[in-house]
Amino acid sequence: MAYHKITLTVNGETEQIDVPSNMTLLKMLRERLGKTGTKNGCSAGECGACTVMINGEPVNSCMILAVECDGLEIVTVEGLADNGALAPVQEAIMESGGIQCGFCTPGVLIASQALLNRNPNPSEDQIREALVGNLCRCTGYVRIIEAVQEAAQMQ
Amino acid sequence: MQEAHPSLPEFDYIKPKTLAEASQFLADHAGKARPLLGGTDIFVRMRDGVWKDKYLVDVKGLNGTNEIAFDPTKGLTIGAAMTMNQVSAHPDVKEHYAVLADAVDKVASYQLRSRATTVGNICNASPAGDTIGACILLGGVLNVHGVDGVRQEPLSSFFKGPGSTALKPGDVVTSLELPLPPKGMLGKYLKLGRNKSSDLSIIGVTVVGFPDESAASGYRMKLVLASVAPVPLVVDKVEEILSTKPIAEESIAEAAQAAMDTCAPIDDVRASARYRKIMVRNLSQKALTEIWNELGR
Repeated sequence: MAYHKITLTVNGETEQIDVPSNMTLLKMLRERLGKTGTKNGCSAGECGACTVMINGEPVNSCMILAVECDGLEIVTVEGLADNGALAPVQEAIMESGGIQCGFCTPGVLIASQALLNRNPNPSEDQIREALVGNLCRCTGYVRIIEAVQEAAQMQ
Repeated sequence: MQEAHPSLPEFDYIKPKTLAEASQFLADHAGKARPLLGGTDIFVRMRDGVWKDKYLVDVKGLNGTNEIAFDPTKGLTIGAAMTMNQVSAHPDVKEHYAVLADAVDKVASYQLRSRATTVGNICNASPAGDTIGACILLGGVLNVHGVDGVRQEPLSSFFKGPGSTALKPGDVVTSLELPLPPKGMLGKYLKLGRNKSSDLSIIGVTVVGFPDESAASGYRMKLVLASVAPVPLVVDKVEEILSTKPIAEESIAEAAQAAMDTCAPIDDVRASARYRKIMVRNLSQKALTEIWNELGR
């Protein structure tokens, strides 16, 4: 199988990696770069646990090849905090109790931050729509949605 | 036992520099190579072992695939690599082709739509494809680059069966062209899923309507159904009934019944055929009534 040398930015750091053709961005992040905050849930683009930002847009990292990310900027959940200070959406989800088992949380945080970046003051419907692709089996979503509303106020 | 997280099988990723190179490679490796756009269907099917291609040929970024252009005298051209989010956010799509934006926004989730493409949705030719109905009713034509040169494929004759289209080995769809819509056209896509959003459609109803002096009723209404036949199903009877009879509650009910009688859905994991047929009638009636109300009866 062919290998490809790619250069990309992950959480502000430039990385040069040799990746096989069939390696997804998710697998590369977790197994080559140790960014295990990004979770593997369904491997089918449905659960959203693997959501990362690519050039500012949320993407299921199980649904894109690493080789397709040559030259792109990736932000994972590890990159949301600024010098150790958590982002408002991270603070808010802790405060609201929008976390139980935590498996969906990295994807929820990335999708929420991407929403707040493109729409700093979203309505409840817009938040629900933006998080349609992030399944949470614990919280029932109410506290997650409250957290995004709270984060919008904090920003 | 099936793995919880099957890896992608082995394949070679090919990134050709020109359309000619892409078409030649795909033709030379017919049956083993597949063009890659967003990949949101390809990766699922490869993980499931349904597709076993040895080569994925990335055709994003090739000539003409990477832009959305609107010409007020001709219409809209959507490059094959444009993602669904890029299509739905485009001001000219929202203004002139709102039914397409409506359909695009009902596909899966925002983060999936940041990879998935409208052209990919068409080429995949799933009977459940959410955006296909809108593209058919908008008069869509695909620009195709093949080993023998370029040609156009109208969507009206493009679909041959589930996953089967007029495309041949070596063909690369570079863009989708939508002509200028008729003046005053309104449209909507109603999707029935097992949940409110993000699911595959149990049925999908796309409707457009516009004033038309050549019709006895003064209006022309068209309807396409998803997930109730091997290919997207254009129900000609709806157009016939609502262009010849005065549009009113009774004629809309008759048109919705015609949609129900025309379709022949199957039982599957998402719903029974019987439920699908009844919901085709109900949602057709709802969509036609809503468009009729908005057209300002």
